[in-house]
Amino acid sequence: MGKTKQLDRRWLFLLIFLGVALPLIFSIGLPLETTKNVQMVYDLVDSMPKGSKALISFDYDPASMPELHPMAKAVVKHCFDKEIDLIFTAMWPMGVKMADDIIDQLIEDYPDLEYGENYVNLGFKAGGMITIQSMGKNFREVFPKDMNGNSIDELPIMDGINNFSNIGFIFSLSAGAPGIKEWVQIAHDAYNRPTSGGCTGVSAPAMLPYINEQHQLTGLLAGLKAAAEYEVLIQTPGTATSGMDAQSIAHLIIIIFIAVGNINYWRNKRKEKKGGK
Amino acid sequence: MEQFFATLGIWLGAIFTFAIFSFLYKDNPFYKTAEQIFVGLSAGYWFVYTVFSILIPNLYDPLIQNFSVNWIKIIPAILGIMMLMRLIPKTEWISRFPISVVIGTTSGVFFLRYLKSDVLNQLTATMINPFVGGSWVMVVGKIMLIVGTISGVIYFYFSKKHTGALGVSAKIGIYFLMVSFGAAFGYTAMARISLLIGRLQFLLGDWLGIIQP
Amino acid sequence: MKRKIPLLITFTVGIILIISEFIPHKPFGQLSGELEIWFLIISGFAILLGQLSLFKVNIIKIRYKQRDWQFYIVTLASFVVMVALGFLWGTGRSAGLLGHGEVITNTLGYKPFDYLFNNIYQHLQATMFSLLAFFIASAAYRAFIGRTVESNLLLASAVLVMLGNTTLGSLLTGWLPESLNFLHLPKVSEFIMTFPTTAGQRAIMIGAGLGIIGSSLRIILGIERSYLGGE
Repeated sequence: MGKTKQLDRRWLFLLIFLGVALPLIFSIGLPLETTKNVQMVYDLVDSMPKGSKALISFDYDPASMPELHPMAKAVVKHCFDKEIDLIFTAMWPMGVKMADDIIDQLIEDYPDLEYGENYVNLGFKAGGMITIQSMGKNFREVFPKDMNGNSIDELPIMDGINNFSNIGFIFSLSAGAPGIKEWVQIAHDAYNRPTSGGCTGVSAPAMLPYINEQHQLTGLLAGLKAAAEYEVLIQTPGTATSGMDAQSIAHLIIIIFIAVGNINYWRNKRKEKKGGK
Repeated sequence: MEQFFATLGIWLGAIFTFAIFSFLYKDNPFYKTAEQIFVGLSAGYWFVYTVFSILIPNLYDPLIQNFSVNWIKIIPAILGIMMLMRLIPKTEWISRFPISVVIGTTSGVFFLRYLKSDVLNQLTATMINPFVGGSWVMVVGKIMLIVGTISGVIYFYFSKKHTGALGVSAKIGIYFLMVSFGAAFGYTAMARISLLIGRLQFLLGDWLGIIQP
Repeated sequence: MKRKIPLLITFTVGIILIISEFIPHKPFGQLSGELEIWFLIISGFAILLGQLSLFKVNIIKIRYKQRDWQFYIVTLASFVVMVALGFLWGTGRSAGLLGHGEVITNTLGYKPFDYLFNNIYQHLQATMFSLLAFFIASAAYRAFIGRTVESNLLLASAVLVMLGNTTLGSLLTGWLPESLNFLHLPKVSEFIMTFPTTAGQRAIMIGAGLGIIGSSLRIILGIERSYLGGE
């Protein structure tokens, strides 16, 4: 690598910083296309009849907020628009706060929605896959109360929910394990409920094998771009859409870094060969 | 007063953001302090939520409110306390009993779930007719899916030396794995940049008010 | 006794869970359901163990004045403050030992626990992970070199997916005619993800799955005992 190693990496850091900051200030508005996996998620939510119930699991923490929060907001909004009743859970302890934040951001636009009737936050449970399996058998024993301490027997939304059978679909917002993988393995593969999800870009490739003809996973929102696509589909541009310009410029910079790194490598290699001769 | 604390909150957020970013220049006491606050608050959060979300509703309340029905929960309570014995070196061995319950449960469930979801269902998903339906691009793609999966699995078979036909298959498997890792890098780059976008949206929006938060 | 009984417990519990999948009736179905609830409760204690262990380790570091010991006082103080605030006034809409703390909550705008989470913790964690954006850019420059066929494949796939993942892809090849739509960068990226990437990831998934199945069996049958630690 020769000379490239001598470059202070802090210059690269500065370039990336500017590459992200400037497009956020001076918006470009580059075009965006909907991909198949995002459309599948949209169609799943859209196909649910009014009054059906969905379980949305917030399996992430603030570290993944920029990617998962916009898609959480978009999917929850879509569900509220479709009058789907939502049961929020969290397999990560900080997921409880993430769910609360999304509810707080959206609820002002839906004054008719009642806590306990149209939506409920059941809070966090540890145990990952085993706890999800337990929910499929004894839902009420895993979640005897919501996160505010109310007995679920007093919450109308929980009427008839003893396992997964009365839940229309399950959606996991996942930053790792436990997350989409565990929900697919139990909710879909063991209890045959339609399961979908949104995940961070890092974990997206590992989820792809589940999108197959058996519909182990019905669509997938992978990273910020998918969140932006979903925002476009529900016609409510948000932080994901506004971040896409910055995403594009930063990617361009990374691609230029890769190109320059390779050019330097091949140039140095040629020099070494000439020197050797 | 509430307004003051709201503004203070945003400033605290900005100060701690810069304290962490200062690591990019070099390690320093501001970064170290912020890092340790992060660890402490995180542990505190987990502690509080574990007690309020699990131990009270799933153990304490059932035992206190309806002991005659829920007396069986004394067993996991005792096992849980045995788990805490790990903190004392002399009684550390006692924690093996609850650990064995946890490991046994995990092994039993994992054995079944991974067998169905990650092995059998994946094999079924690969056994497709590539020539049915779709354009020529889809046909090529489906052939790649079948060849890539089979050759990739062959690559992970280390009980026989990768020579001859096995070697060729394993080599093709490596190529597919490399394409897969490249795509994973692309997605990782997107994920990491997204996190920086989130931070700058906070600094430029909530803190400085230059952009719409 | 210290090792044999735990091994027997692991075997019994593992076998019950497996049998209950095929015979979901009494007693196996009931037993497996009960064991799963026990797992949840024991997991709760395991989390407490982790936090208490962190507390203990930090106390030791401070007591013996290990390198940078002053910073560990900050860790302990943050931990104690967060736990105290959570227990005293609760979190969100749930009450603590002193109720909801209306006065302090009205002053801060949130409960003290939530105030610390929203204004300090959330930013610390988000920033900590956002540092990776800088390091991945630096890594791309220094290490992403196409030296062999394999590394060139990796590089090409990464660049195409990166272009397709952003609005740049749509912009660069949006002018292509319908007949050449398959060369449109977002389509190329989608193709790479749907077929070769899925194939590679599926191979890894099957391999790892077989590994987990093998390990589970070894544990249940008592061949793998490392989780019990030394004598």
